[in-house]
Amino acid sequence: MSAPERFLERLTARRGGDPSWVAARRQAGAARFEAMGFPTRRDEQWKYTDVRRIAEGDFALATDAEFDSARFDEQRLDIDAYRLVLVDGLFSPALSELDGLPSGVSIEPLSQAIVANHEAVGGSLGRLAGVDFSPFTALNTAFADEGAIVRLASGTVVDKPIYVLLLSRANGQPVMSHPRILIEAGARAEATIIEHYSGESEAANFTNVVTEVLLDRGAIIDHYKLQEAALTDLHVASIHVDQGRDSRFNSYNMNLGGALVRTDLVTDLNGEGAEAAYNGLFFVQGRQHVDNHTLVNHNAPRTFSNENYKGVLDDRSRGVFNGKVFVKKDAQQIEAYQNNANLLLSDRAEIDTKPELVIYADDVKCSHGATTGQLDEDAVYALRSRGIDEPMARALLTLAFVGEVMDKVRLNVIAERVERAVAGRLPERFNLADLVETAEAIQEA
Amino acid sequence: MLEVKDLHVTVEDKVILKGLNLTINAGEVHAIMGPNGAGKSTLSAVIAGKDGYEVTQGTILFEGQDVLEMEIEERARAGLLLGFQYPIEIPGVKNIYLLKAALNAQRAARGEGEIPAPEFMKLVREKSTDMKMDPSFLQRAVNEGFSGGEKKRNEILQMLILQPKLAMLDEIDSGLDIDAMKVVADGVNSLRNADRAILLVTHYQRLLNHIVPDHVHVLVDGRIVKSGGKDLALELEERGYDWVLEESVA
Repeated sequence: MSAPERFLERLTARRGGDPSWVAARRQAGAARFEAMGFPTRRDEQWKYTDVRRIAEGDFALATDAEFDSARFDEQRLDIDAYRLVLVDGLFSPALSELDGLPSGVSIEPLSQAIVANHEAVGGSLGRLAGVDFSPFTALNTAFADEGAIVRLASGTVVDKPIYVLLLSRANGQPVMSHPRILIEAGARAEATIIEHYSGESEAANFTNVVTEVLLDRGAIIDHYKLQEAALTDLHVASIHVDQGRDSRFNSYNMNLGGALVRTDLVTDLNGEGAEAAYNGLFFVQGRQHVDNHTLVNHNAPRTFSNENYKGVLDDRSRGVFNGKVFVKKDAQQIEAYQNNANLLLSDRAEIDTKPELVIYADDVKCSHGATTGQLDEDAVYALRSRGIDEPMARALLTLAFVGEVMDKVRLNVIAERVERAVAGRLPERFNLADLVETAEAIQEA
Repeated sequence: MLEVKDLHVTVEDKVILKGLNLTINAGEVHAIMGPNGAGKSTLSAVIAGKDGYEVTQGTILFEGQDVLEMEIEERARAGLLLGFQYPIEIPGVKNIYLLKAALNAQRAARGEGEIPAPEFMKLVREKSTDMKMDPSFLQRAVNEGFSGGEKKRNEILQMLILQPKLAMLDEIDSGLDIDAMKVVADGVNSLRNADRAILLVTHYQRLLNHIVPDHVHVLVDGRIVKSGGKDLALELEERGYDWVLEESVA
């Protein structure tokens, strides 16, 4: 039996009862996945990322959504939010908090939307991420029966973040999940959406998520993807964004966890005046492998994109950054900036970076660049010469390196969490929170 | 307090110091002068522990401790601080982070707890006012985008907060206009007391009008060839270095 066949065999374990058009879409996804098979490194899009660990794995489907409550409290972000929780891909009503949604906001688990034959499921779902994008989106389409459907009516400004927490358990038998997230923002709607991947530290599951975000005219979405899953978890994600006129999409892609993480982020700037900002940070250790593929399509005139990805790689970790900006013919007066900077903390860490600009218009402002380096040893010396010990000096400089991206993060709870993780190697007595507080107090005074 | 004996140092196989002797006692201000390339900056860099300097012979004792056996940060915590001729920019690290981390490291080495935030704030406010530095400096990255004079004032600010036992200042006067020189000199003079020593490394005499030394040493070709009181600096200003060299050879 081939690897795709082995994966698809698990479809029989799914509960049935799909509306016929959902069933048809599943079949199309399955057929496409089987035809494409898992990507290999001969495929240009997967040149530096080997997915054999996924293809050769044996993943079942979870049958319940139980999760240890103490562990849950430890893992979740301490934030006042509308919360939808999936455990190994299954909806947990017990851990979710979706009460008191304001009018104009709808957040539903995908399973309920399918049963209810929700119009979004029949309409927008799958519009941006078809089965041809990659074998993994095809696989997701075949399996997806849980996730989040978020809809914002025109003019709705959501008072609290919308928090989708996807937990992975340490199961005897590893499982796979194929969550599907759809965010539809009506004209001038505004919201912050958090996708947070976390779980038990021994989890070794495979998560294959697809997110689609549609922004109507003037909508503003802040989208956080915080990856903090176990260092043994496997994760493939694609995020597809369609932006209407004058809309704004701010992506914060923060990657700390996972053994193998691949994220594709694709934005189509389809309306004049649309803006996309990509802020990315990955911090990897041990033998982690993280691959970010980003694409911005400037399809309309007067569109703007600004991308800044920073990577910190330690031990024998490996990173891939492939950022592409595409400017369509006649998409004049656009601006597109892209930067990727990487810091290697170990001789054995490795990064493959490829910024790419493809421009078919002539009236454009574009720049791109990539740098990779080590910590500035003169700066390490300067700090040590003031009595700061070497590990702390290096941690301070590492934090400084990521600071430029962290400064953009508007949710403090996420900024602090990431800073703490990056500063994890600090000696016990180094109290960052205290330093930040002192700095703020002085500023206010 | 500091005892340097027969110090020989090479940098990239080039012999820079060739048997330097220097003793500094608490309460004293010493100035080391000399022509370019004599090894003035090498001396303070070796004492502070900068990489790339090989000590081939000799000893450095600080309060009886063997300095050459101490890590860079241990030297600083013990009270040996070097103010750099060219302070480097450290993008992303705020001055306030550096100051607090450095001060707490020093306190921890003495077995003291962290400085309480209000006390720390009061201290840095007071000292930055002394150095005529706007408090917004503290929020800025260390030396990033600072003018030459601001960088030097920042070095002295660090000294005022960390209160070293031996403050070594390498060409602290270079790149300063007369007003900035005054502020820097006032800062240094405020450090003078019976328990502390100051070592000034300078090419020009003018700094010594503002910070009057107790002892002046002339360093030529890797050795101290002449020592004297503050008047020696004036004589050097007037007559240059050649006569000292001739005298020492003769």
